[in-house]
Amino acid sequence: MSENIKVLILGELVKGSLSTNTREMLGRGQELAEDVNGRLALLILGDKLELVAEEAIAYGADDVYLAENPLLKTYQADTYLQIIERAVKDMEPEILLMGQTSIGRDLAPRLAFRLRTGLCMDCVQLDIEPVSGLVRMTRPVYGCKALAAMICKTKPQMATIRPGTMKPAELDKSRKGHVHALATDIDMSQIRVKVTAKLEEQTDSVSLEDAKVIVCGGRGMGSSDSFSILEELAQLLGGTVGASRPPCDAGWIPSTRQIGLTGKIVSPNLYIAVAVSGSSQHMAGCAESHTIVAINKDPEANIFAVAHCGIVGDYREILPPFIRRTREILEGKGGSRCC
Amino acid sequence: MQIVVCIKQVLDPEMPYSAFKVDPDGKRAIPPQGTPPVISPYDENALEAALRVKDAHGAKVIALSLGSRLAPSVLKKPLAAGVDELVLIEDPATGDLDSFASASILAAAIRKIGGADVVFTGRQAADWDAGIAGCAIAEELKMPCITVARKVSVQNGMARVERLLSDGFEVVEAPLPCVITVDSDLGELRQVTMQGLISAKKKPVNAWRLSDLKLESPPPPRCELLELYIPKRKRVCQIISGENAEDTAVKLANRLFEESMS
Repeated sequence: MSENIKVLILGELVKGSLSTNTREMLGRGQELAEDVNGRLALLILGDKLELVAEEAIAYGADDVYLAENPLLKTYQADTYLQIIERAVKDMEPEILLMGQTSIGRDLAPRLAFRLRTGLCMDCVQLDIEPVSGLVRMTRPVYGCKALAAMICKTKPQMATIRPGTMKPAELDKSRKGHVHALATDIDMSQIRVKVTAKLEEQTDSVSLEDAKVIVCGGRGMGSSDSFSILEELAQLLGGTVGASRPPCDAGWIPSTRQIGLTGKIVSPNLYIAVAVSGSSQHMAGCAESHTIVAINKDPEANIFAVAHCGIVGDYREILPPFIRRTREILEGKGGSRCC
Repeated sequence: MQIVVCIKQVLDPEMPYSAFKVDPDGKRAIPPQGTPPVISPYDENALEAALRVKDAHGAKVIALSLGSRLAPSVLKKPLAAGVDELVLIEDPATGDLDSFASASILAAAIRKIGGADVVFTGRQAADWDAGIAGCAIAEELKMPCITVARKVSVQNGMARVERLLSDGFEVVEAPLPCVITVDSDLGELRQVTMQGLISAKKKPVNAWRLSDLKLESPPPPRCELLELYIPKRKRVCQIISGENAEDTAVKLANRLFEESMS
């Protein structure tokens, strides 16, 4: 083990490379490690991770710890917990970060329990307190109506980080770092939960996180069929369709399209919210969009408090001429997409 | 089969922004006038999950709540919906609990109840949005835990759960006893019927204190709240209007795609 690891990040992979969220944590983690005069380490579990280690160093890790075992290829709490708990106890970092993702949400509470330490979930900002040297962790609470700033009084200070809230470091392939292999013995008797099938959404449309334009439908859409006009608009703009929670709960659209605190967190160039009331729960997922446009019948709807511009009106009357005019403009520009 | 559902009383999360106020010195949210508290919405989904298992196989379902200023009128709703028994834990010493401390008290209560084949909780509470307690209860009771369930079935000593992922779902199996945290995708709590309301009056409601659980004082919080505040909003929405719907729509399209964006 390397000495003086002060900040440890649990990395995640997407298609064999570091996830954006992991790179964001490395970016902030590098600054925090500097502030507390220590090294920044990244821990990754999986199978065949050699290339990932190079990538992690180029994005700011001083040390990379690899736990390679075919059994670790997909996330499973009972296996991952064994490896991570051991690694953290060996390294004794001051600060331990993971993503506010499917994995982080499932893993962090149990890991904190086993390490007997405190945990702040879904943090959007981390700062070092000047006097105590502890990390001030800021997180939205009450469905994002308020912010809470907390410190963790036990070590390691643990937090999960909301995707999109921190800035990744620049890729620097000349950076040097150390790569370490971790023992990956797994006590099979500890494995109680079994994943028997995995069903990924099959879709031709752009993923919500990557979309430059999102057309989002809310409770006021009224039915599953009404989403087809949103599809038409999204397609015209080269974007994709999302929804707030009520349409997902009602089964009008798959819950994988849900935008909000417990769904996807997105920040497209253009976010068109149609018949969306704008609950704080929903706005948590889209408030960082470059331009938010609201179309809603209710002039008192909260969405107008957060949108940049909007129309008070019935989407059934607004959208057809809006689509027609948008098509004319885009065709006039040689069919180029808007953004 | 015995099922325990942990439910939390929270300020109504649907209240408008303007009604939400905090007391910066006490670092607490101020309950709004005239808006009663509610059961945290994901906990209502957890109640529905439990009642569906009861419908399918028969089970005793106990709802368990820990908090201060508990409103029995709010927390009795599960009894009317089909839950068999309500246990409320209220104690002056539980003013300042973190998720781990709450979980240890809830776990002690589950032991006193006589254990559970399945413990359900919501995926996270609508006040602090942490999503820690369910996993921590499982750790306390040394049970396996499955989070963010959208569908649950229980059969032959196993729980089979569809667990939501960001791009789909996975099917997960665990032996009983286990803890399952529930997402809104599972479905809303069933409507309360008149008959349910009548039968709820005869169902037992137990009020316990920490001493009933043989706990002297709750574990101290591992995190300290420094500040609770409402972020400032400074955005002003430009409302576009025209002579009629068509005119307005055209103006919006012009503004978005002709001028500013290229």
